[in-house]
Amino acid sequence: MSVVVDKPRGPALARRAWTGFIRRREASVLVVAIALVVYFQASTPLFLTTDNLRNIAQATAPTAIVAVGIVFLLVSGEIDISVGMVAALAPYLMHYAIDFYGVPAVPAIVLALLIAAGIGLVNGLITTRLKVPSFVTTLGMFYLLYGILLTTSRAYPVAVPASAKGDVQTWLGAGDWASLSWCLLLVVFFHLVLTRTRWGLHTISVGGNILGATEAGIRVNRVKVGNFMLVSTLGAFAGLMEAFRINSIDPNIGGGTRITFTAIAAAVIGGTALAGGSGTVIGALLGMFVLAVLQNGFNLVGVSANPFFLIQGLAILVSMIANQYLSRLRRAGGS
Amino acid sequence: MADALRVEGVAKRFGALTALQDVNLHVGRGEVLGLLGDNGAGKSTLIKVICGFHRPDAGRILVDGIEVVLRSVDHARSLGIDTVYQDLALVNELSVYHNMFLNREHRIGPLLNNRLMRRLAEEHLREMGVDIPDVTVEAAKLSGGQRQAIAVARSVYSAARILLLDEPLAAMGAKEATIILDLVADLKARGDVAIVIIAHNYAQALQVCDRVAILQQGRITFDRPTAETSVAELTDLMVADYRGRRRAAPG
Repeated sequence: MSVVVDKPRGPALARRAWTGFIRRREASVLVVAIALVVYFQASTPLFLTTDNLRNIAQATAPTAIVAVGIVFLLVSGEIDISVGMVAALAPYLMHYAIDFYGVPAVPAIVLALLIAAGIGLVNGLITTRLKVPSFVTTLGMFYLLYGILLTTSRAYPVAVPASAKGDVQTWLGAGDWASLSWCLLLVVFFHLVLTRTRWGLHTISVGGNILGATEAGIRVNRVKVGNFMLVSTLGAFAGLMEAFRINSIDPNIGGGTRITFTAIAAAVIGGTALAGGSGTVIGALLGMFVLAVLQNGFNLVGVSANPFFLIQGLAILVSMIANQYLSRLRRAGGS
Repeated sequence: MADALRVEGVAKRFGALTALQDVNLHVGRGEVLGLLGDNGAGKSTLIKVICGFHRPDAGRILVDGIEVVLRSVDHARSLGIDTVYQDLALVNELSVYHNMFLNREHRIGPLLNNRLMRRLAEEHLREMGVDIPDVTVEAAKLSGGQRQAIAVARSVYSAARILLLDEPLAAMGAKEATIILDLVADLKARGDVAIVIIAHNYAQALQVCDRVAILQQGRITFDRPTAETSVAELTDLMVADYRGRRRAAPG
C-alpha cells in the first residue's frame, strides 16, 4: 500500500508564503518602499532615471552605513548619539595627519578610523564600567567632539588634501557609484555578521536578556564595547566618504545630529527594537531607502522640503505601530 | 563512593546579617535532593555559594570527594556545577537551538554551523524526552514549562554533573510542572547527574526527590529521605518555625 502525502495546494501555499513573509522583520518596510517607488514613478517619469537613482544612492549610502552600526548597538541594548560628530571629525583627523604631520593618505585614513574606534571604546567603557546610561555618555561625547572640532578647525571648511585625491578619492566616495558600492558591501557583510556569526548571536543575546547572556558565560561588556567601537568606526568611514564625495572637509558634514537621528530613524523604521534584542541590517537599509525616496520624491513632484520632517516623524510612528502589530502576528502565527 | 557534592559547615554573612551558618548537606549521583524553606531562609544564598557566585566565609565544598575553592560561576561550571534559574535563562529573540548552544556554538570558520546545531538540538531534546515540535521557533513562543525544560536540557548537554534548579516549578501550572518533573525523573534514572531542587510545593518535591532538607534561618534543620516524611510533617515543621519566630519577635 502506498502512502500519499498531501502537498500544499494553492490557498495553503499562499498562506504559508504569507506567514513566511510576515515573519520577516523587514516585511512592512519593504512593502512601504515598493509602494513609494510605484507612487513616485507614476507621479513623475524622472524618478526611475539613472541620474535620479544615483542621487538617491549618494544621499542614502553614508547614513545607511551609520545605520548599520546603530542597528548593532540598538540590538545590544545601547544607543550612540555622538556618531554624527565622529563622522564630521574623521575627515579633519585625516586632514591634520596629512597636512600638519606629513602622513601619507592611506595611513592617515586608517589613523582617523582608529581614533574613531578609540572614541567608541571610551563611550563603551564609560557606559559599561561606570554604569552611565549610553544616551548620557554619548550626549556628553557629542558636545565634547563638537567642541574639539570647532576649536581645531576654527569652524572653517578645508579642501581635501592633495595626496588624498585621485584614485583614493574616487574609490572612497567621489566615483559615481562608490558610495552605493561601499554601502551594499558593508550591509551584506554586517548582515552576515549579525545573523550568521557568534558575535551577532551574542549581540542579540545581550540586548534580549542580559542576565541570561551573563549566565551563559557571554562577556556582555565586551560585546557592548565592541559595538560602540563598530558604530564609531562606521561613522568615521561614512564621514570620510562624504568628504571625498563633496570634495570638501566641512564641520557640518552630517548636519550635527541629523546623520545620527536619520540613521536611528532608518534602523527603527527597518524593524530594530529600541529596547534591544532584535533588528536587521537589511531592514535599516530599507528604512534609509524609504526616507531618501520620500525626500527625493517630494523634490521631484514639487512639494516643499518643509513638510519632510513631518512625514519622517509620521513614518517613524507608523512603522513602530506596524512593527508592534507584525510582532504580535509573528508570535501568534509563527509556531 | 564519594558524594557528587558535599557541603560542610558552610557559613555566609553579609555585614551584620548571617545568611548561612554551619550548613551541611550532600547529594550523590542519580540522587535528587529537595531544598525547602521560607523566603529569606537562605536557599538562594546557598545555591549561589555552591555555584561559585558567593565565596563562603567558613566551611568547605567537596566535589566527588575533593575539596574545591570556587572562584567564579565559570569555574564552578568547569567542574560540572550548573544552575538553572527560574525562567530567566533563555533569550526570547533566539531560536530554541541557538539557545541550546548559546556561547558553545558550533562553527565552520567564522560562520555558525546552524545545520549541525539544529540536528544536535533535535537529537538531544528527543533523547531527554523534551517535546519541542520545531527547534527553529523563537524561545518567546514556548510555554514556561518548555522554556525551563530547554534550560535544563542545555545544562545537561553541557556536561553538568551537579545540577542546581532554582525554583523550577514556580508560577507553573500542573501540566507545565509535569514536563519538568518528568525531565528530572528521567535524569535521575540515568544515574550520572546529582540534582538539587529548590521547591515551594512540598507535594511536587516529594514526588520527585529522594531526600528533602529544610533550611530555616540559615541552618539545615531537617534532612531525611522522602519515604520517611510526608507533606503534613513538612508543613507542620514550616508552620512551627514561623510561629516560633513570631513569638520571638519583639513586641
